[in-house]
Amino acid sequence: MEKRIRVLVAKPGLDGHDRGAKVVARALRDAGFEVIYTGLRQTPEQIAEAALQEDVNVVAMSILSGAHAHIFPKVVNLLKGKGMDDVLVVGGGVIPESDIPALKAAGIAEVFTPGATTGTIIDFIKENVK
Amino acid sequence: MSNDKVKADLAAYEAKVEKAIAKFPERANIPKQRIYTPLDIQNTDYADEIGFPGVYPFTRGVQPTMYRGRFWTMRMYAGFSTAEESNKRYRYLIESGATGLSCAFDLPTQIGYDSDDDISEGEVGKVGVAIDSLADMELLFDKIDLGKVSTSMTINAPASVLLAMYIAVGEKQGVSADQLKGTIQNDILKEYSARGTYIFPPRPSMRLITNIFAYCSKNVPKWNTISISGYHIREAGSTASQEIAFTIADGIAYCEAAIKAGLDVDAFAGRLSFFWNAHNNVLEEVAKFRASRRVWAKVMKERFKAKNPKSWMLRVHTQTAGSMLTAQQPNNNIVRVALQTAAAVMGGTQSLHTNSRDEALALPTEDSVMVALRTQQIVACESGLADVIDPLAGSYYVEALTNKIEAEAWDYIKKIDEIGGAVSAIEQGYIQKEIQDSAYQWQMDVESGAKTIVGVNKFQVEEKPVEGLLRVDASVGVKQKKHLAELRAKRDNAAVKEALIALEKACKDEEENLMPHILTAVKTYATLGEICGVMRSVFGEYVAHVNL
Repeated sequence: MEKRIRVLVAKPGLDGHDRGAKVVARALRDAGFEVIYTGLRQTPEQIAEAALQEDVNVVAMSILSGAHAHIFPKVVNLLKGKGMDDVLVVGGGVIPESDIPALKAAGIAEVFTPGATTGTIIDFIKENVK
Repeated sequence: MSNDKVKADLAAYEAKVEKAIAKFPERANIPKQRIYTPLDIQNTDYADEIGFPGVYPFTRGVQPTMYRGRFWTMRMYAGFSTAEESNKRYRYLIESGATGLSCAFDLPTQIGYDSDDDISEGEVGKVGVAIDSLADMELLFDKIDLGKVSTSMTINAPASVLLAMYIAVGEKQGVSADQLKGTIQNDILKEYSARGTYIFPPRPSMRLITNIFAYCSKNVPKWNTISISGYHIREAGSTASQEIAFTIADGIAYCEAAIKAGLDVDAFAGRLSFFWNAHNNVLEEVAKFRASRRVWAKVMKERFKAKNPKSWMLRVHTQTAGSMLTAQQPNNNIVRVALQTAAAVMGGTQSLHTNSRDEALALPTEDSVMVALRTQQIVACESGLADVIDPLAGSYYVEALTNKIEAEAWDYIKKIDEIGGAVSAIEQGYIQKEIQDSAYQWQMDVESGAKTIVGVNKFQVEEKPVEGLLRVDASVGVKQKKHLAELRAKRDNAAVKEALIALEKACKDEEENLMPHILTAVKTYATLGEICGVMRSVFGEYVAHVNL
């Protein structure tokens, strides 16, 4: 049997807006992925550690406070530090278009902004997961 | 016309429609009933259920004159970066005709951390203003007369500390606490169920809230001690009925806690206020506002036996729905906000914040805030919607919808009572799950096309990225840290220590009201993080459990 894709849905930073994270988590689960949701206020260190412990293929982070430029790249670096180079990292939230190139350069594979569908996210993960 | 005649005519009409829709089918995903008649409200007694504005059950509004006396308070939620920057924005808003202030705090402030805490890294000044101590609060209200302005503060878990700082600033300006006007959100229950900026577990949090009720009823009598909020419940994805039901259930829990703490219901209930969302469906929203007033009036009079009519009134602040703004074709948001404003006004709100067109992308610029404020002024002065009180009363549809939303709210309140009240329902995750399910349904409806969002799943265009968005200077964090280091060096640290020890002792004594101790600590320039740190050490922290 093919191994199911394991996804860590994480809320880094301090914002409590988890409507999007929960909707995405449930949609991924309904699409047949194994989903672990961290809950709110996770530090980059906690997220990287959870990714390692849960042995996930994908880390999907949601942030709506504007702290993405600081937090997303930090998680990527911590994952690399743990030898998890092959984990697909994606992000979403209220993120200005102009911030996206820098995030991609820092190793975020894709950034989903308001209006993105869960279908797009599911397809992207299926096509890009290693 | 008799009801029998209406029934006969309705049957004839429906027969005609059946033929018509065979050729031209109706749109999907709209309410099943296509027309409303006197039959839909034949059991609604005007005197008992609708009545007059300013009179129980307040379906038509809480004040007798509503907007014929004066308009609602146009209160724009603002705050970002440092206290100096936000002070400039507040003074700009006052000069532009805003009639009340509404402070947005950054996330470290909302969760009781100082700007120099590790966990605050990247968040300082981002979604609101950073307040670390009384020194920042003094700058925030510099040259703003606290005796004249009314100030709403979106602060919950550390509401007691920010209120204490506001009282201390007032004192320095020569304005005594009994003259201060404003609101603290102070609604912890919806933080657990929808908004997420909780600190302590429910039990000590409820104590802090009842301490504030008791303290303010004696010392700050014009202050609204809580803004029981459905706004964030709706933003998290609830329906209109769930918004008012879960919020009123929270309100019931606060009343029960205060009464259990020995307060008389009429001593605090008149200072309770509410906070609704103004969503896209205009008539449903108007019905929601009307139904919510009726439910609360009945709760206060019948369940809590309040005697003062002020205790029966659901006074409400409103904000247009942020979650309905689209990042696509952002100018369309101006139209959405105008319709939401119309709903809030026809619903009879006491104050209103209108969102700006660019808020699905970033914090709003000064220009877009101006359009949002002007939207309120146009609705107030030009549209005629504010000329007559409760103009939609008597509409068969709106009255029937008001009844329906009220009935759905009572069903939920009953269910929550059976679970053991709002605190238990939150602890068991019931409310969170109901909200999540509605949010998921909404998203699926948008993705299937059952729900149309203009510019998102229909009428899309190729767009260039929006330029000129507001960016919060990354140096804010550095600046705040520097201010804090200077403050810690120059304040009387012995006095700080003494105040914090006294506060810790008071936290351990459940009979003690914490407000005077917090006020003393604030005046020594103890920081928000230090004060909340003491409370964390005694009360512990809340840990959420999520069931997807």
